[in-house]
Amino acid sequence: MTPARIANVGIVIVSHSPLVAQGAADMVRQMVGDCVPLAWTGGNVEGGLGTHVVGISVAIEAAWSEAGVAIFVDLGGAETNSEMAVEMLGPARAAKVAICNAPLVEGAVVAAAEASGGSPLARVVATAEELSA
Amino acid sequence: MTLDAADVTALIGLCREQIEQHCERLGRLDSAIGDGDHGANMRRGLEAVHRERDAISALPLPAALERIGLVLVMSIGGAAGPLYGTLLMELGRGLATGDDATDFAAILAQAVAAVARRGRSGPGDKTLLDVLYPVQAEIAGHAAPLRIAECARNAAQATEMMLARRGRASYLGARSIGHEDPGASSCALLTTTICLYFKENAPS
Repeated sequence: MTPARIANVGIVIVSHSPLVAQGAADMVRQMVGDCVPLAWTGGNVEGGLGTHVVGISVAIEAAWSEAGVAIFVDLGGAETNSEMAVEMLGPARAAKVAICNAPLVEGAVVAAAEASGGSPLARVVATAEELSA
Repeated sequence: MTLDAADVTALIGLCREQIEQHCERLGRLDSAIGDGDHGANMRRGLEAVHRERDAISALPLPAALERIGLVLVMSIGGAAGPLYGTLLMELGRGLATGDDATDFAAILAQAVAAVARRGRSGPGDKTLLDVLYPVQAEIAGHAAPLRIAECARNAAQATEMMLARRGRASYLGARSIGHEDPGASSCALLTTTICLYFKENAPS
Protein backbone atom coordinates (compact mmCIF):
# COMPACT_ATOMS: atom_id res chain seq x y z
CA MET A 1 0.00 0.00 0.00
CA THR A 2 1.08 3.56 -0.59
CA PRO A 3 2.39 5.04 2.63
CA ALA A 4 0.37 7.92 4.01
CA ARG A 5 2.02 11.19 3.05
CA ILE A 6 1.09 14.73 2.32
CA ALA A 7 -0.44 14.90 -1.14
CA ASN A 8 2.08 16.57 -3.41
CA VAL A 9 1.26 18.22 -6.72
CA GLY A 10 1.44 15.72 -9.58
CA ILE A 11 3.45 16.17 -12.77
CA VAL A 12 2.36 15.16 -16.29
CA ILE A 13 4.73 15.21 -19.27
CA VAL A 14 3.26 15.41 -22.78
CA SER A 15 5.54 15.14 -25.79
CA HIS A 16 5.01 14.25 -29.43
CA SER A 17 7.73 11.65 -28.92
CA PRO A 18 7.26 8.79 -26.44
CA LEU A 19 11.06 8.64 -26.08
CA VAL A 20 11.26 12.31 -25.11
CA ALA A 21 8.33 11.98 -22.69
CA GLN A 22 9.74 8.89 -21.03
CA GLY A 23 13.23 10.35 -20.89
CA ALA A 24 12.01 13.53 -19.24
CA ALA A 25 10.02 11.43 -16.76
CA ASP A 26 13.17 9.42 -15.96
CA MET A 27 14.97 12.66 -15.16
CA VAL A 28 12.14 13.76 -12.88
CA ARG A 29 12.19 10.40 -11.07
CA GLN A 30 15.93 10.66 -10.58
CA MET A 31 15.37 14.02 -8.92
CA VAL A 32 12.41 13.31 -6.67
CA GLY A 33 12.00 9.54 -6.50
CA ASP A 34 8.41 8.49 -5.96
CA CYS A 35 7.32 11.30 -3.66
CA VAL A 36 5.64 13.16 -6.54
CA PRO A 37 2.86 11.59 -8.63
CA LEU A 38 4.23 11.45 -12.17
CA ALA A 39 2.96 10.27 -15.53
CA TRP A 40 4.01 10.74 -19.15
CA THR A 41 2.39 10.33 -22.52
CA GLY A 42 3.84 10.63 -25.98
CA GLY A 43 2.90 9.67 -29.50
CA ASN A 44 -0.34 9.46 -31.41
CA VAL A 45 -2.89 6.66 -31.08
CA GLU A 46 -0.92 4.55 -33.56
CA GLY A 47 2.36 4.97 -31.72
CA GLY A 48 3.83 7.46 -34.22
CA LEU A 49 4.94 10.96 -33.36
CA GLY A 50 2.05 13.08 -32.12
CA THR A 51 -0.20 13.61 -29.15
CA HIS A 52 -3.76 12.62 -28.38
CA VAL A 53 -6.42 13.51 -25.87
CA VAL A 54 -7.05 10.02 -24.54
CA GLY A 55 -3.40 9.47 -23.70
CA ILE A 56 -3.25 12.81 -21.93
CA SER A 57 -6.44 12.09 -19.98
CA VAL A 58 -5.03 8.74 -18.83
CA ALA A 59 -1.79 10.43 -17.75
CA ILE A 60 -3.66 13.08 -15.78
CA GLU A 61 -5.62 10.37 -13.96
CA ALA A 62 -2.40 8.46 -13.23
CA ALA A 63 -0.69 11.52 -11.74
CA TRP A 64 -3.82 12.87 -10.08
CA SER A 65 -3.40 14.60 -6.76
CA GLU A 66 -5.92 16.57 -4.79
CA ALA A 67 -3.17 19.21 -4.54
CA GLY A 68 -3.34 19.57 -8.31
CA VAL A 69 -1.47 18.55 -11.43
CA ALA A 70 1.05 20.54 -13.47
CA ILE A 71 1.31 19.59 -17.15
CA PHE A 72 4.40 20.14 -19.31
CA VAL A 73 4.06 20.09 -23.09
CA ASP A 74 6.39 20.39 -26.06
CA LEU A 75 4.88 21.68 -29.33
CA GLY A 76 1.51 23.19 -30.38
CA GLY A 77 -0.71 20.12 -30.62
CA ALA A 78 0.50 18.88 -27.24
CA GLU A 79 -0.80 22.08 -25.67
CA THR A 80 -4.11 22.15 -27.58
CA ASN A 81 -4.81 18.50 -26.84
CA SER A 82 -3.88 19.02 -23.19
CA GLU A 83 -6.32 21.93 -22.93
CA MET A 84 -9.02 19.70 -24.36
CA ALA A 85 -8.21 16.89 -21.91
CA VAL A 86 -8.27 19.30 -18.97
CA GLU A 87 -11.67 20.69 -19.97
CA MET A 88 -13.06 17.20 -20.19
CA LEU A 89 -12.28 16.70 -16.49
CA GLY A 90 -15.16 19.05 -15.67
CA PRO A 91 -14.81 22.47 -14.02
CA ALA A 92 -14.12 21.29 -10.46
CA ARG A 93 -11.15 19.08 -11.33
CA ALA A 94 -10.00 21.26 -14.24
CA ALA A 95 -9.47 24.08 -11.76
CA LYS A 96 -6.78 21.95 -10.12
CA VAL A 97 -4.78 21.45 -13.31
CA ALA A 98 -2.35 23.89 -14.92
CA ILE A 99 -0.62 23.68 -18.29
CA CYS A 100 2.74 25.32 -17.73
CA ASN A 101 4.42 27.75 -20.08
CA ALA A 102 7.86 26.30 -19.47
CA PRO A 103 10.44 24.13 -21.24
CA LEU A 104 9.44 20.47 -21.09
CA VAL A 105 12.49 18.88 -19.44
CA GLU A 106 13.75 21.72 -17.27
CA GLY A 107 10.22 22.74 -16.34
CA ALA A 108 9.18 19.26 -15.26
CA VAL A 109 12.33 18.71 -13.19
CA VAL A 110 12.16 22.10 -11.48
CA ALA A 111 8.43 21.75 -10.86
CA ALA A 112 8.85 18.27 -9.41
CA ALA A 113 11.57 19.51 -7.07
CA GLU A 114 9.25 22.27 -5.91
CA ALA A 115 6.32 19.86 -5.61
CA SER A 116 8.37 17.39 -3.57
CA GLY A 117 8.63 20.01 -0.83
CA GLY A 118 4.84 20.16 -0.58
CA SER A 119 4.39 23.48 -2.38
CA PRO A 120 0.91 24.34 -3.65
CA LEU A 121 0.11 24.17 -7.37
CA ALA A 122 0.44 27.92 -7.95
CA ARG A 123 3.95 27.89 -6.49
CA VAL A 124 4.97 24.82 -8.49
CA VAL A 125 3.73 26.44 -11.71
CA ALA A 126 5.34 29.80 -10.94
CA THR A 127 8.71 28.17 -10.26
CA ALA A 128 8.63 26.31 -13.56
CA GLU A 129 7.44 29.33 -15.51
CA GLU A 130 10.28 31.46 -14.17
CA LEU A 131 12.43 29.47 -16.59
CA SER A 132 10.57 31.11 -19.49
CA ALA A 133 10.54 34.59 -17.99
CA MET B 1 -33.15 23.34 -43.45
CA THR B 2 -33.39 19.89 -41.95
CA LEU B 3 -31.08 16.93 -42.11
CA ASP B 4 -32.40 13.47 -41.39
CA ALA B 5 -30.50 10.33 -40.41
CA ALA B 6 -29.96 9.34 -44.05
CA ASP B 7 -28.43 12.75 -44.82
CA VAL B 8 -26.06 12.50 -41.85
CA THR B 9 -24.99 8.98 -42.85
CA ALA B 10 -24.47 10.08 -46.45
CA LEU B 11 -22.46 13.17 -45.45
CA ILE B 12 -20.22 11.12 -43.15
CA GLY B 13 -19.57 8.72 -46.01
CA LEU B 14 -18.80 11.49 -48.49
CA CYS B 15 -16.48 13.36 -46.13
CA ARG B 16 -14.60 10.18 -45.36
CA GLU B 17 -14.29 9.39 -49.07
CA GLN B 18 -12.98 12.86 -49.93
CA ILE B 19 -10.44 12.89 -47.11
CA GLU B 20 -9.28 9.44 -48.20
CA GLN B 21 -8.87 10.65 -51.80
CA HIS B 22 -6.98 13.78 -50.75
CA CYS B 23 -5.04 12.24 -47.86
CA GLU B 24 -1.71 12.29 -49.69
CA ARG B 25 -2.15 15.85 -50.90
CA LEU B 26 -2.94 17.04 -47.36
CA GLY B 27 0.12 15.20 -46.12
CA ARG B 28 2.30 16.83 -48.75
CA LEU B 29 0.99 20.30 -47.90
CA ASP B 30 1.70 19.61 -44.24
CA SER B 31 5.19 18.23 -44.98
CA ALA B 32 6.05 21.50 -46.67
CA ILE B 33 5.35 23.66 -43.62
CA GLY B 34 4.55 21.30 -40.73
CA ASP B 35 5.02 17.75 -39.56
CA GLY B 36 3.35 16.01 -42.49
CA ASP B 37 0.69 14.10 -40.59
CA HIS B 38 -2.42 16.13 -41.40
CA GLY B 39 -3.70 13.77 -44.11
CA ALA B 40 -3.18 10.67 -42.00
CA ASN B 41 -4.67 12.35 -38.94
CA MET B 42 -7.78 13.50 -40.80
CA ARG B 43 -8.21 10.07 -42.35
CA ARG B 44 -8.02 8.43 -38.93
CA GLY B 45 -10.63 10.90 -37.64
CA LEU B 46 -13.08 10.37 -40.48
CA GLU B 47 -12.60 6.59 -40.28
CA ALA B 48 -13.49 6.73 -36.58
CA VAL B 49 -16.62 8.78 -37.29
CA HIS B 50 -17.53 6.43 -40.14
CA ARG B 51 -17.29 3.40 -37.86
CA GLU B 52 -19.85 5.04 -35.57
CA ARG B 53 -22.08 6.38 -38.36
CA ASP B 54 -25.13 4.28 -37.52
CA ALA B 55 -25.15 5.29 -33.85
CA ILE B 56 -24.41 8.91 -34.76
CA SER B 57 -27.10 9.29 -37.41
CA ALA B 58 -29.69 7.80 -35.05
CA LEU B 59 -29.19 10.80 -32.75
CA PRO B 60 -31.02 14.11 -33.12
CA LEU B 61 -28.86 16.45 -35.26
CA PRO B 62 -27.43 18.57 -32.41
CA ALA B 63 -26.36 15.49 -30.45
CA ALA B 64 -25.03 13.89 -33.65
CA LEU B 65 -22.80 16.90 -34.35
CA GLU B 66 -21.57 16.97 -30.78
CA ARG B 67 -20.78 13.26 -30.94
CA ILE B 68 -18.90 13.66 -34.24
CA GLY B 69 -16.89 16.44 -32.60
CA LEU B 70 -15.98 14.25 -29.66
CA VAL B 71 -14.98 11.35 -31.91
CA LEU B 72 -12.77 13.71 -33.94
CA VAL B 73 -11.13 15.05 -30.78
CA MET B 74 -10.41 11.53 -29.61
CA SER B 75 -9.09 10.23 -32.91
CA ILE B 76 -7.42 12.94 -35.02
CA GLY B 77 -4.76 14.07 -32.58
CA GLY B 78 -2.47 16.94 -33.51
CA ALA B 79 -3.90 20.42 -33.24
CA ALA B 80 -6.55 19.62 -35.85
CA GLY B 81 -8.41 17.25 -33.51
CA PRO B 82 -9.28 19.86 -30.90
CA LEU B 83 -9.97 22.49 -33.58
CA TYR B 84 -12.36 20.44 -35.72
CA GLY B 85 -13.76 18.84 -32.57
CA THR B 86 -14.50 22.22 -31.03
CA LEU B 87 -16.22 23.38 -34.22
CA LEU B 88 -18.56 20.39 -34.35
CA MET B 89 -19.23 20.23 -30.61
CA GLU B 90 -20.04 23.94 -30.47
CA LEU B 91 -22.31 23.65 -33.51
CA GLY B 92 -24.15 20.81 -31.81
CA ARG B 93 -24.47 22.72 -28.53
CA GLY B 94 -25.60 25.84 -30.37
CA LEU B 95 -28.27 23.96 -32.28
CA ALA B 96 -29.42 22.25 -29.08
CA THR B 97 -29.91 25.48 -27.18
CA GLY B 98 -31.09 27.72 -30.03
CA ASP B 99 -34.78 27.95 -30.79
CA ASP B 100 -36.18 27.65 -34.28
CA ALA B 101 -35.70 31.34 -34.91
CA THR B 102 -31.98 31.14 -34.22
CA ASP B 103 -30.13 31.55 -37.45
CA PHE B 104 -27.69 28.78 -38.37
CA ALA B 105 -25.21 31.46 -39.43
CA ALA B 106 -25.26 32.91 -35.91
CA ILE B 107 -24.64 29.48 -34.37
CA LEU B 108 -21.81 28.89 -36.83
CA ALA B 109 -20.31 32.27 -35.95
CA GLN B 110 -20.26 31.24 -32.27
CA ALA B 111 -18.67 27.91 -33.14
CA VAL B 112 -16.00 29.58 -35.29
CA ALA B 113 -15.27 31.98 -32.45
CA ALA B 114 -14.78 28.98 -30.16
CA VAL B 115 -12.29 27.49 -32.65
CA ALA B 116 -10.43 30.82 -32.68
CA ARG B 117 -10.24 30.78 -28.88
CA ARG B 118 -9.08 27.16 -28.85
CA GLY B 119 -6.30 27.91 -31.32
CA ARG B 120 -5.66 31.43 -30.00
CA SER B 121 -5.75 32.51 -33.64
CA GLY B 122 -7.52 35.05 -35.77
CA PRO B 123 -7.99 36.04 -39.41
CA GLY B 124 -4.85 35.96 -41.54
CA ASP B 125 -2.85 33.60 -39.34
CA LYS B 126 -2.82 30.95 -42.09
CA THR B 127 -5.10 28.41 -40.41
CA LEU B 128 -8.43 26.75 -41.09
CA LEU B 129 -10.03 29.89 -39.66
CA ASP B 130 -9.12 31.66 -42.90
CA VAL B 131 -11.66 29.36 -44.57
CA LEU B 132 -14.21 29.32 -41.75
CA TYR B 133 -14.60 33.10 -41.50
CA PRO B 134 -15.47 33.75 -45.17
CA VAL B 135 -17.65 30.62 -45.34
CA GLN B 136 -19.60 31.82 -42.32
CA ALA B 137 -20.01 35.23 -43.97
CA GLU B 138 -21.38 33.62 -47.16
CA ILE B 139 -23.83 31.53 -45.15
CA ALA B 140 -24.93 34.62 -43.24
CA GLY B 141 -25.58 36.24 -46.63
CA HIS B 142 -27.70 33.22 -47.66
CA ALA B 143 -25.38 32.34 -50.53
CA ALA B 144 -26.14 29.29 -52.65
CA PRO B 145 -24.19 26.07 -51.90
CA LEU B 146 -21.99 26.33 -55.01
CA ARG B 147 -21.05 29.88 -54.14
CA ILE B 148 -20.10 28.82 -50.61
CA ALA B 149 -18.00 25.97 -51.97
CA GLU B 150 -16.20 28.32 -54.37
CA CYS B 151 -15.58 30.75 -51.54
CA ALA B 152 -14.07 27.96 -49.40
CA ARG B 153 -11.71 26.84 -52.16
CA ASN B 154 -10.59 30.41 -52.92
CA ALA B 155 -10.09 31.10 -49.23
CA ALA B 156 -7.89 28.02 -48.82
CA GLN B 157 -5.82 29.05 -51.86
CA ALA B 158 -5.44 32.54 -50.43
CA THR B 159 -3.61 31.08 -47.40
CA GLU B 160 -0.74 30.30 -49.77
CA MET B 161 0.51 33.85 -49.63
CA MET B 162 0.00 34.26 -45.90
CA LEU B 163 2.73 34.19 -43.29
CA ALA B 164 1.96 31.50 -40.69
CA ARG B 165 1.54 32.94 -37.23
CA ARG B 166 0.32 29.80 -35.45
CA GLY B 167 1.35 26.19 -35.28
CA ARG B 168 4.53 24.61 -36.41
CA ALA B 169 4.50 26.47 -39.74
CA SER B 170 5.10 29.68 -37.80
CA TYR B 171 8.62 28.41 -36.93
CA LEU B 172 9.46 28.75 -40.63
CA GLY B 173 8.72 32.47 -40.66
CA ALA B 174 8.73 33.87 -44.20
CA ARG B 175 9.45 30.41 -45.63
CA SER B 176 5.84 29.47 -44.78
CA ILE B 177 4.75 31.82 -47.58
CA GLY B 178 4.04 30.05 -50.87
CA HIS B 179 2.39 26.96 -49.40
CA GLU B 180 -1.33 26.45 -48.90
CA ASP B 181 -2.18 25.75 -45.28
CA PRO B 182 -3.15 22.07 -44.86
CA GLY B 183 -5.82 22.84 -42.25
CA ALA B 184 -7.39 25.45 -44.51
CA SER B 185 -7.19 22.94 -47.35
CA SER B 186 -8.97 20.11 -45.48
CA CYS B 187 -11.55 22.61 -44.25
CA ALA B 188 -12.27 23.77 -47.81
CA LEU B 189 -12.45 20.16 -48.98
CA LEU B 190 -15.01 19.24 -46.33
CA THR B 191 -17.00 22.44 -46.85
CA THR B 192 -17.12 21.77 -50.60
CA THR B 193 -18.20 18.18 -50.04
CA ILE B 194 -21.06 19.26 -47.77
CA CYS B 195 -22.11 22.08 -50.12
CA LEU B 196 -22.22 19.78 -53.15
CA TYR B 197 -24.39 17.34 -51.21
CA PHE B 198 -26.75 20.19 -50.34
CA LYS B 199 -26.92 21.28 -53.94
CA GLU B 200 -27.59 17.76 -55.23
CA ASN B 201 -30.15 17.00 -52.59
CA ALA B 202 -31.49 20.52 -52.22
CA PRO B 203 -32.78 20.38 -48.65
CA SER B 204 -35.17 23.29 -48.29
